[in-house]
Amino acid sequence: MIAAIVIGLAAGVIAGLLGVGGGVVFVPGLVIFLGLSQHQAEATSLLAIVPVALVGALRQDRYGNVRRGDGLLLGGVSVAGAAGGVALANALSGKLLQVGFALLTLLIAAQLARRALAAPPER
Amino acid sequence: MVPDSAAHRSLRLLVIGTAAGLFSGLFGVGGGTVIVPLLILWLGYGEREATGTSLAAIVCVAAFATAVQAGYGNVRVLDGLLVGVPAIGGVLVGTWLQQRVHTRTIALLFAAVLVAGAVELLVR
Repeated sequence: MIAAIVIGLAAGVIAGLLGVGGGVVFVPGLVIFLGLSQHQAEATSLLAIVPVALVGALRQDRYGNVRRGDGLLLGGVSVAGAAGGVALANALSGKLLQVGFALLTLLIAAQLARRALAAPPER
Repeated sequence: MVPDSAAHRSLRLLVIGTAAGLFSGLFGVGGGTVIVPLLILWLGYGEREATGTSLAAIVCVAAFATAVQAGYGNVRVLDGLLVGVPAIGGVLVGTWLQQRVHTRTIALLFAAVLVAGAVELLVR
């Protein structure tokens, strides 16, 4: 239970600080520290993302950073893709999914590092 | 912009939304990794607007994908709440910190942590 709370706090701080969604922390955290299977971890991560994204979106909206029409349209049209993605995930073995997720994580790490190194030293 | 830019815009949003949905459903992430750069590249968004709008879209994407995953019996509701609720506090702290600390070093450190996590998943 303490591990879960620590994972949650860490994911939230990283999300707020770096703009990287909680999923990239939730999924490995749930697998490595809470012993969930890759499929369970992905599904549970999605649930955990909802409140985080909601609070983040409301805050950003206050700063006028949300184009509401586009956001809703994006969310609406994503439904088919999301259903397809979930079906595909459940058709794949946990091992294969885990390897795919690890590669995705490496990609995000590279993107993050490149962005950090390319940015002007500090604001 | 060309005269048919409205149609182009809608088409681009459709492509971004579908790609983000697939990504989100397949990997259990929000899809911001797909949405943010594409909004900037294809629709000329600024970084803040892209992040804010992406978060709004993610609420819908993740909620829907969760419902579909629940149909497969994969959602562990208690664990989801145990990580999701503290994460709200974390986001508030993170956003506050962002205005005050140098994020560059943190980004690099976090990238290193991600690599370690990826290796752990690969050798499992």
